[in-house]
Amino acid sequence: MFEQIAFYFFSAATVVLFLITAFSKNVLYAMSALAAGMVMISGFFFLLDADFLGAVQLIVYVGAVMALYAFGMMFFDATKDVKEKNAPSYLVVLLGGLSALLLVVMFAAPILGSNIEASYPPIEGISNPKSVGLVLFTKYLIPFEVAALMLLVAMIAGIILAGKKMDISLTDIEEDIAISEEEEMSLDEKDGEK
Amino acid sequence: MIGLNHYLIVSGLLFSIGLMGVIRRKNLLMLFFSTEIMLNAANIAFAAASYFYNDLAGQMFAFFIVAIAASEVAVGLGLLILIYKKNGTLDLDDLATMKG
Repeated sequence: MFEQIAFYFFSAATVVLFLITAFSKNVLYAMSALAAGMVMISGFFFLLDADFLGAVQLIVYVGAVMALYAFGMMFFDATKDVKEKNAPSYLVVLLGGLSALLLVVMFAAPILGSNIEASYPPIEGISNPKSVGLVLFTKYLIPFEVAALMLLVAMIAGIILAGKKMDISLTDIEEDIAISEEEEMSLDEKDGEK
Repeated sequence: MIGLNHYLIVSGLLFSIGLMGVIRRKNLLMLFFSTEIMLNAANIAFAAASYFYNDLAGQMFAFFIVAIAASEVAVGLGLLILIYKKNGTLDLDDLATMKG
């Protein structure tokens, strides 16, 4: 009973919050709705007995990823509404509907072919984080190490990409672009005179 | 009773929302948000399959998806800051500088 109430609450909350994220004009609203939706999604994981995954979702997504987005948004002007030239919406509806149909078929395929055998069933009598650790560090050790290497590469890439010209204020950039364009114009005029 | 189908339907709905966002949005930061929605929808489907088939492999895949999402955000935000420094805007249409 409570499981059903929780499921319907979490699904309604995630759908509404993510709709706000996908269709809001304000970056700040979109980011807040996304963070709240991530919290609600971790509720699904706790319902599904994936305690460790839920905790990871809270720490990594709501903690790290959202903090990173909030940090990145300090570079951009978050108070302005986003102006977008949108394509005709019937095309979007058609493409989205077709993709949704394709998704339903893809999700229905494993249910139709139901002769699936569990390769790593959870061990009886121990908690979820413990059994996750047992499987992760035996059967999935090499993917785990590769993921660690990938995170290291991503960290170096992030530092190098964002760290360039950190001493220049971003608010001056637009003026700089305007000035350099003017300089180019005057150079072109000089070339024309010659 | 809540079954696997319920979770898969919710996951499909969320994925469709994310996909609509990716198709519709023209701001790069908003595109990133929509990508996160799609990754999370996939995570729900994996966790549900893991629970109802009594198999931990689904949760493992969800962990790797979380790791991939984290590194994607790190690299992507770095690129976004570079683009903003270069162009002064995050609009997708302004990136179409190659006239074919």
